[in-house]
Amino acid sequence: MFKFYHRLAAPVFVLVAAILTLFSPDTAFAADQLNSGDTAWIITATALVLFMTLPGLALFYAGLVRSRNVLSVLMHCVAIACLMSVVWLVIGYSLSFTDGAGANKLIGGFSRLFLAGVGTDTLSGTIPENVFFSFQMTFAVITPALMVGAYVERIKFSAVLILSALWLICVYAPVTHWVWGGGWLADMGVMDFAGGLVVHATAGISSLVIVKALGARHGFPNDVAPPHNPGMVAMGACMLWVGWFGFNGGSALAADGAAGMALTVTHIAAATASLVWMLIEWKKYGKPSLVGLVTGTIAGLATITPASGFVGPVGALIIGVAAGLVCFKMVQVVKTAWKLDDSLDVFAVHGVGGSLGTILVAVLCAPMFGGLGLPEGATIGSALGVQAIGLVATIVWSAIVTFILVKVTAGLTGGLRVREDDELEGLDITSHGETAYRLD
Amino acid sequence: MKFVMAVIKPHKLDAVREALGATGVEGMTVSEVKGYGRQRGQTEIYRGAEYQVHFLPKVKIEIAVADDKAAEVVEAIQNSANTGKIGDGKVFVYDLESAVRIRTGEQNNDAL
Repeated sequence: MFKFYHRLAAPVFVLVAAILTLFSPDTAFAADQLNSGDTAWIITATALVLFMTLPGLALFYAGLVRSRNVLSVLMHCVAIACLMSVVWLVIGYSLSFTDGAGANKLIGGFSRLFLAGVGTDTLSGTIPENVFFSFQMTFAVITPALMVGAYVERIKFSAVLILSALWLICVYAPVTHWVWGGGWLADMGVMDFAGGLVVHATAGISSLVIVKALGARHGFPNDVAPPHNPGMVAMGACMLWVGWFGFNGGSALAADGAAGMALTVTHIAAATASLVWMLIEWKKYGKPSLVGLVTGTIAGLATITPASGFVGPVGALIIGVAAGLVCFKMVQVVKTAWKLDDSLDVFAVHGVGGSLGTILVAVLCAPMFGGLGLPEGATIGSALGVQAIGLVATIVWSAIVTFILVKVTAGLTGGLRVREDDELEGLDITSHGETAYRLD
Repeated sequence: MKFVMAVIKPHKLDAVREALGATGVEGMTVSEVKGYGRQRGQTEIYRGAEYQVHFLPKVKIEIAVADDKAAEVVEAIQNSANTGKIGDGKVFVYDLESAVRIRTGEQNNDAL
């Protein structure tokens, strides 16, 4: 019914506009009209998504490290937010969202460098382009910040800045263009509502590549320190949860029922995955832990992200259960079987969650699972094929390009790691000259 | 004079303070410390990974008492801090050479 009115509204609107134009020839008629409801919601969502990084993710990660490194992690997240915002303005947005002419399948162009040509009247759909730019900027901020979790407690601060900036330009911008900017995956009809591929798969895979080059923390795996402040972890995770309403709900780019459904399924998936992770720990280790509960939350949120505009509440329940089970398992696999010190489980939670959601959406968007429907002309089988192609392409591109960027960064910084005695003393004092907890 | 130093489980501090109050002890010094004995720390599990926590939080109590009260004080601490589980802590007693109350200059037993 809702869609029917929408379809009816467009021709009626054109007709009325045409008649009005006859009587007042000076009235400019644009196909896109600003919608103040949409604009208000996306401005709000922009603030919510920035809140995910500042301070949500920063606190989530800071609580998981030992007390002598807490400031360095906060520093990484806030400094990345600053630097990515500037890089996004200078070149990131243009490469992601403009027409790249002959190379448009692969990458955007340079027409919006420094947001050239965008004023207060420039529209993107029904919202001002400056709002769209800012909303997307908050995604460009959080994606490299997610990777902080992989390299905490041992990386040089200069390497964090250089690697993040290069990564935004060379990994994030192209993949964003493929999926959301009119590139080849968009042409194929890939489904990635809010960034399962663009955000979580890119960050997750790249994290593993960085960890492989960087090496493990001193004492890994048997003698690393436990999280210094689980309460801080829970506070950060809960901020991420709230902010995620803007992340997924805002990705509808409209204040409508699609945004409302995205927000609803996001919440259900997060709640379900939290419970599943908690129950696994309860059964396996005898006690349900706070860190486990909120890690389940993030796994559920990452997994529903690509699917949030396509599945219904039942699909969200299924995604929540799958996220809890699979991400929990993958945390153990990465650290125990692969022996990789992806310290705060960026790959297992974000990479695996985002990938899992990217595949599950092809099935769960079908009406028989309460989904909102397959893309036009697609079957579950064909949609699965497209999603798999999108996932493999994202993984391969992220892995290869990050591998090169890590080499470049290490060359520029004289190695990615701090000296061993600095690592043991803690990055707070040795990299930043500050102390987190002064007990006097 | 004797100097009694006890290391106990933090959650037993209130019970020990009450028991010592009942024996007439008029003051004590308490500090938060970390350590291990036969208990050998503990294991905590986060996201399925086991972490060895070698030093556990304990509370250290220091009390200066007259010679004839020492046995009673030690017994009060032992009874009130006992949970029957490993990690309850220990009580140490030293000879105390001298004591001065800073405000009045009173010496030794008068200063306690």
